Amino acid sequence: MTITSPTPARYIVQPAEPAALRIERLNVWYGKHQAIRDVSFTIPARRITAIIGPSGCGKSTLLRAINRMHDLTRDARVEGSIYWGEIDLYAPTTDPVWVRRHIGMIFQKPNPFPKSIFENVAFGLRVNGYRGDIAARVEEALRKAALWDEVKDKLQQNALALSGGQQQRLCIARAIALEPDILLMDEPCSALDPVATMRIEDLMIELAHTYTIVIVTHNMQQASRVSHYTAFLLAGEDRTGELIEYAPTRELFLRPRDRRTEDYITGRIG
Amino acid sequence: MSAERIATTDREFEPRLSLRKRLGMLFGLLSAVAIAIGLVTLEVLIADVIHDGWRALSWDFLTSYPSRRPEQAGIRSALVGTFYILILVGLIAFPLGVAAAIYLEEFAPKNRLTATIEINLSNLAAVPSIVYGLLGLGVFVRTFMLGRSLLAGALTLSLLVLPIIIIASREALRAVPPSIREAGLALGASHWQTVRLFVLPAALPGILTGTILALARAIGETAPLITIGALTYVAFTPKSLFDPFTVLPIQIFNWISRPQPAFHERAAAGIIVLLAVLLLFNGLAIFLRARLQRRIRF
Amino acid sequence: MTSESTPAQLATSIDRREWVERVLTGTQRIDRIRRVRERTILTFLFLAALISIATTIGIIYTLGIETVRFFQRVSIVDFLTDTQWTPLFTEKHFGIWPLLTATILVSVIAMLIALPIGLLSAIGLAEYAPDRVARVVKPVLEILAGVPTVVYGYFALLFVTPLLQRFIPQLEVFNALSAGLVMGIMIVPLVASLSEDAMRAVPQSLREGAYALGATKLEVVWRVVVPSSLSGIVAAFILAVSRAVGETMIVAIAMGQVPRLTLNPLVAMETMTAYIVQVSLGDTPHGTLEYQTIFAVGTTLFVITMALNLLSYRFLKRFREVYE
Repeated sequence: MTITSPTPARYIVQPAEPAALRIERLNVWYGKHQAIRDVSFTIPARRITAIIGPSGCGKSTLLRAINRMHDLTRDARVEGSIYWGEIDLYAPTTDPVWVRRHIGMIFQKPNPFPKSIFENVAFGLRVNGYRGDIAARVEEALRKAALWDEVKDKLQQNALALSGGQQQRLCIARAIALEPDILLMDEPCSALDPVATMRIEDLMIELAHTYTIVIVTHNMQQASRVSHYTAFLLAGEDRTGELIEYAPTRELFLRPRDRRTEDYITGRIG
Repeated sequence: MSAERIATTDREFEPRLSLRKRLGMLFGLLSAVAIAIGLVTLEVLIADVIHDGWRALSWDFLTSYPSRRPEQAGIRSALVGTFYILILVGLIAFPLGVAAAIYLEEFAPKNRLTATIEINLSNLAAVPSIVYGLLGLGVFVRTFMLGRSLLAGALTLSLLVLPIIIIASREALRAVPPSIREAGLALGASHWQTVRLFVLPAALPGILTGTILALARAIGETAPLITIGALTYVAFTPKSLFDPFTVLPIQIFNWISRPQPAFHERAAAGIIVLLAVLLLFNGLAIFLRARLQRRIRF
Repeated sequence: MTSESTPAQLATSIDRREWVERVLTGTQRIDRIRRVRERTILTFLFLAALISIATTIGIIYTLGIETVRFFQRVSIVDFLTDTQWTPLFTEKHFGIWPLLTATILVSVIAMLIALPIGLLSAIGLAEYAPDRVARVVKPVLEILAGVPTVVYGYFALLFVTPLLQRFIPQLEVFNALSAGLVMGIMIVPLVASLSEDAMRAVPQSLREGAYALGATKLEVVWRVVVPSSLSGIVAAFILAVSRAVGETMIVAIAMGQVPRLTLNPLVAMETMTAYIVQVSLGDTPHGTLEYQTIFAVGTTLFVITMALNLLSYRFLKRFREVYE
C-alpha cells in the first residue's frame, strides 16, 4: 500500500491583520477515512479568504468544520481546535447551535425553504428569539443582500418562484439577518449563471466590509477576483487533504512557492 | 474584534438555548413513547392470544370438525377450506396478475387507456375489502350462479389481491436493469422473447415475494367471504369447487361470537394457528427474496 | 432440388433469384408464425390488464343496480333523513344516519390514536432514531399492519373491553371505544410509513440550511421538515381515515349489531360495514328488500371511501409536484 502524503506545508503566511478564526491542527475523519490532516492557519477578520483545490481535497470538509456542521453527520469525527476569539469552537462546553448563529453558511445549491420570501429571512430571527422588529430586520437584511428592490412588493410570494441567483441572495439575506460574525460560503456560485455569479461576487466584496467571509471555490478566477487571502488544499494518494500553501491572494497566484500550487494554478493538475 | 459584536447581537436575541434543547429532548422522548405504544400493543396482543389459547392447541384441535361442544371443536374444515382457497386464488390471481403487470410495464403504449388502467389499479387497492364481497355476491354468487361456493370465494378473493400482485410485480419488473433488456434485443430477440427469456426470470424473486405476501393477505380476509356467504358453521370439508366452505378467520369469528368462554379459548387457539401460518408465509417470502436474489447476478 | 445447391452453383440468374426468394419467404413464414403467436400472447396480456377495469365496472354495476332497486322501494329522502335504521324489524325504517354516525364515531376515535402516534413514530424513526434501531423497529411496526383484523377484533372484545371496564364501569360489552382504540393501533403503521416517506422526500439541503441558521433538531423538524412535507402527510392522514371507514371485522366483533344513533362511545352501535356482515350471516334471499339494503349501504360506503381516496391522491399529487 503506497501512501504518499504531500509533504507538510511550509508556505503558510500568517496575516498581520486581526484574526477572526485561528484554525489549529484540524483533522476530520469520515468513519475510517481521514478527510483532512493537520490543517492550521489563521483567517483574517473582515476579509475574504478563499479555499481552493482540486475536487475531493477536503475544501468543503474544512469549511463545514468551522460551523460545526459535522456534528450532524453520524460517522464524522473532528479533532483539533478552531479559535474564534478566545472561544475554542470545539471545546466540550461550546454549543454548536450557538456557534451556528454567529457563523452562517451559504450552500452550493440555493436552498430556500418552501415558504414566503419574508418567512425565509425571518426564520433565523424567529428561531433564535429576536426581540426587535422582525419586519424591519428582514428589510435591512434584504437590502444588504441587494435583493430588496426586486422583492419588496412580493414578500409573501413563495421563495421557490425566484430565479437561482435571487434565491442565493435570499439565502445570503437570511444568513445575515442574524448579523453573524463570519459568513461561510461553499461554492456559492457554481449553480448560477455568469450574470448572477457576478452579482454575488460584487455582493461579497460589499459584505466583506462588515463580515468575515470564507469562500470555497473551484473557480480560480473567482478566487483571484474577490479574495484577499487564499488557501490551497491538496489530497495525496491517501485522499487526505492537507494545506499546501496559504498566502495573500496576489502572492499565491503570481508567485506560488510550492510546486504543486503552481501546477494547480496553471492547470497541470486538478 | 468580535467580542463586542457578539455581545451586541446577543442582547438582541433571546436564544433560550437550554429551553429549546430540553424541549427537543422531551419531544424525542415523546416519539420514542409513540413507537413504544405500537410495539407494546403488538406484544400484549400476541401474549394475550397465546395465554388464552395455548391450552386448546392439540392435534385433535387441528383435525376435528367444529362442534356444539367447545371441547370437541376443531378447525379441520376451516384449515382445509383455507388451504383450498389459497391454492385456487394462487392459480387464478398469479398468472393474471403477472400477465397484467407484464403488459403494463413492458408493452403498454402511453395512451389514455393505459393511464386509466393505472389510476384504476391504485383505486382498487384502496377499496374496502367488504365491497369486494358485495361484488362477489352480485357477480359470482348470483349472476354466474355459483352460489356460496368455494369457487365464488376464490374468484372474489382473487379480484381482491389482483391489484396487490400487479403492483408488486410491476415493481419487480421495473427493478430489472435496462441492460438486461438491451442485451436481449441486441441478440435479435423480439420484445416478447426478451421479456420471457431475460426480464421475467430476473424479476421472478420480486414477483414471487409479492405474490406470497398477497396470498398471506388473502388468508386473513374475513369480510368478503362472509358476504359471499361462506358459512360460519361447517362440519364437513368441501369436496368440489361448488361446495360451501369455511376458512380459518371465519371459524375464529364464529367462536368469538359465542358467549361461552370455552369457545373463546378455541378462538384464541385458532388465532395462534392463523398467526403461525402467516408467519410461515412471510418468512417464506423473505427467505425467497434473499435466496433468489443471490442466485441471479447481473 | 435446387435448395441444396448454393447460389454460385445455379445455372442461371433466374434460378439464383428464385433461390433467394425461396429463402426469404421461408424466413418470412417463420417470422409470420412467430409474430402471430406473439400477438396472441400480447392480446392475452392486454386482456389481463383490462380485468382491473372490468372489476371497477363490476363494482359500480353490482352496487348500482341493487341500490337502484332499493331506492325504487325506499325514498332517498328517508334514507338520508330518517334517524332510525330498522330494516330487519317489522316496523321498518331506512335512515342511514345510525350506521353513518357509528362509522364516523369509531373512525374519529381511531384517528385520535393513529394520527398522533403514527406521525410521532414517523418523526422518531426518520429524524431521531439511529439507523440500526430504525432498521429493526420499522419491520416490527409493519407487523401490526399484517395482523388479520379478526385477531384485532378478538383483542378488542376480550382484552381491551374488560380492561377498560375496570376504569369505566359503565362501559358496555360492545362499545365504540375499544373498537376505535384497537383500530387506531392497527392503522398506526399506515400513517407512520406514508408520513415517513413524505418526510424522507424533503431534501437534506433544506435541513442543513435550517441547522446553519442556529436551529435545534426539534425546530428543524417542526418548522422545516413537517411543513415542507405537509401535503404528503395530509394525504397519509386521509388515506388512514378511508381505511378506518372501510374496516369491518373489528367493529363487527367488538362494537355490536344494534343500529343506534348516538355519540356515546361507551355503548353498542352498528357501523355500515358491521351491518353488511350481520345481514350476510343471516339467510337473506336475493331480491328481498333486506338483500338490497346491504347494497345501498355498500354504495354509501364505497362513495365515501372513493371520495377520500381521491382527495388523498390530490394531496399526494401536489406533494410530488414539489419534490420530483
